[in-house]
Amino acid sequence: MLIVRELCKNFGGLKAVDELSFNVKRGTVHSIIGPNGAGKTTLINMITGIYSVTSGEIYLRKDDDIKCVEEDDIKDMIHGHRENITNIPMHKLVHKGICRTFQHLEICGSMSALENIMLGFDKFMSKNIIQTCLRTKRIKEDEKKFEYEAMKYLNMFNLEKIAYKQADSLSYGVLKKLEIIRALATKPKLILFDEPVAGLNPKETDEISQIIKEVANEGLSVILVEHDMKMVMKISDEITVMNFGKKLAYGKPEEIANNQEVIKAYLGSNYA
Amino acid sequence: MAQAVKQIKDILFLIFFLIVIPFFFKNDFYYEIAILSLLNAIICIGLNLLMGYAGQISLGHGGFAALGAYITVILSSIYDISPAVSLLVSLVFMAFFAFVISKPILKLEGHYLAMATLGVGVIIYIAVNAQADLTGGPDGMGVDIFKIFGFEFDSNIKWYILSSILLILVIVTFKNIINSPYGRILRGIHDSNQAVSSVGADVARYKSYVFVISVVIAALAGSMYAFFSGFISPAEASFNRSIELVVMVVFGGIGRVYGALLGAVFLTVLPQLLTSFEDYQTLIYGVIIIFVMIFMPKGIISLFDKLGKTNAHS
Repeated sequence: MLIVRELCKNFGGLKAVDELSFNVKRGTVHSIIGPNGAGKTTLINMITGIYSVTSGEIYLRKDDDIKCVEEDDIKDMIHGHRENITNIPMHKLVHKGICRTFQHLEICGSMSALENIMLGFDKFMSKNIIQTCLRTKRIKEDEKKFEYEAMKYLNMFNLEKIAYKQADSLSYGVLKKLEIIRALATKPKLILFDEPVAGLNPKETDEISQIIKEVANEGLSVILVEHDMKMVMKISDEITVMNFGKKLAYGKPEEIANNQEVIKAYLGSNYA
Repeated sequence: MAQAVKQIKDILFLIFFLIVIPFFFKNDFYYEIAILSLLNAIICIGLNLLMGYAGQISLGHGGFAALGAYITVILSSIYDISPAVSLLVSLVFMAFFAFVISKPILKLEGHYLAMATLGVGVIIYIAVNAQADLTGGPDGMGVDIFKIFGFEFDSNIKWYILSSILLILVIVTFKNIINSPYGRILRGIHDSNQAVSSVGADVARYKSYVFVISVVIAALAGSMYAFFSGFISPAEASFNRSIELVVMVVFGGIGRVYGALLGAVFLTVLPQLLTSFEDYQTLIYGVIIIFVMIFMPKGIISLFDKLGKTNAHS
């Protein structure tokens, strides 16, 4: 689904991300873990076009019907079944099927929960300025249709009760969920979660793990950056460990959990 | 649905008010102030779209309104093009002008945008002062009567009706924009740029379109004012004028359509009410603004919100 090749990001003399390569397969959860300052968020910000890339490439598979395995990826690189998405701004990536959530909430506080979700459907709505000024039938129908859709999404996550509440008045846990639903509303193929359960209680963490797992089961690819190891080990299909901007290890959760280097750098000796 | 009903109610109330109020006018001077209030309100509503929703401050709207007005006037008075066509040409040009300058300017955020628009406003002021052969320079220039299809707007009542209709149209358009997906993005930009771009909307493009809309509205009202008063001078493009417009929006209630209307009307009428204080006029004007901002930081519209709530409870 996503191929990252020798990605680098320099902030002045600091190499925040240094020659990092990895692939994300379709319908899997690929976690990126590592100590604070390892460059995880920088990596996410480069993939989603918020930071410019110093060097390296990011590719997105064009054809998502083909089963995506690593061998195929390399073959595809030769046959051009992929699109270079390096340095494309975030709002354009959304139209290519990439969406993300943020480590620090980015919710529109003055709007209702429902409207925040409707914002997620924005790319499907007509925004012709002349039709908007005249409020034509098309605009009204769109509003109605996507209000209904947004309500359906809220229903799925048992949030219908807070639909008309102003987002500013909602709890942190609910807002974290809203952000995830908003990202899902853009109907992405690849979704990036930047610390989705940071600051949440165990029950909320379980709920969000469940959501992420289901999202992957439906065929979406997931990149997850998270410090909650219990959750990461439980729902990840693959893990890339970063340290000082470099790839320290890559493998399945059980391999990572027993990797001596990873234990030393990040997990701590009393892990497992 | 309830929201739509409330909006229609608000508009009907406004129309009722606009019809009733002239019966209290004692002479033509009342009309002049009323028309000036309405035209100021139109500019402020456009400016409010930019300030209250896209979260950008423009300190050049006096200049934009005046530039639009000068183009209309020069075309109609010097080149003898019919006023309506001149106006249309001027608005199209101003849309283009705003779009072009928005490209570099809207890359800046917060105070930088204010500074950049301030700069453009000042340039317009200097330009209309200097181009004396076209604009009459600091002395200003006379303006022919406005007419559409041979119908002449030659009396205050006609101008009052025309300004009222324009105001209603601008308010309806404003509401239509705000309550659409387009408006949701604008409101979103005010809360969080990141949130809006993470759902696929190009923040810079939206900011630039809103800027264009607000400049065109300002140019429309500016041109109308020039036709109405029969005279235009560079004072219309002055920095003070731009500041006055921003103060009206903030004073009335930023981000609220009727707030901008109230602010514009209140601050246009207030200096006239204070003329009897003579030397102390400006002092009292300033004190009133300061006290309103201290006790009603959300503008005088918040006073009406409270009244509305008490009514709803009783």
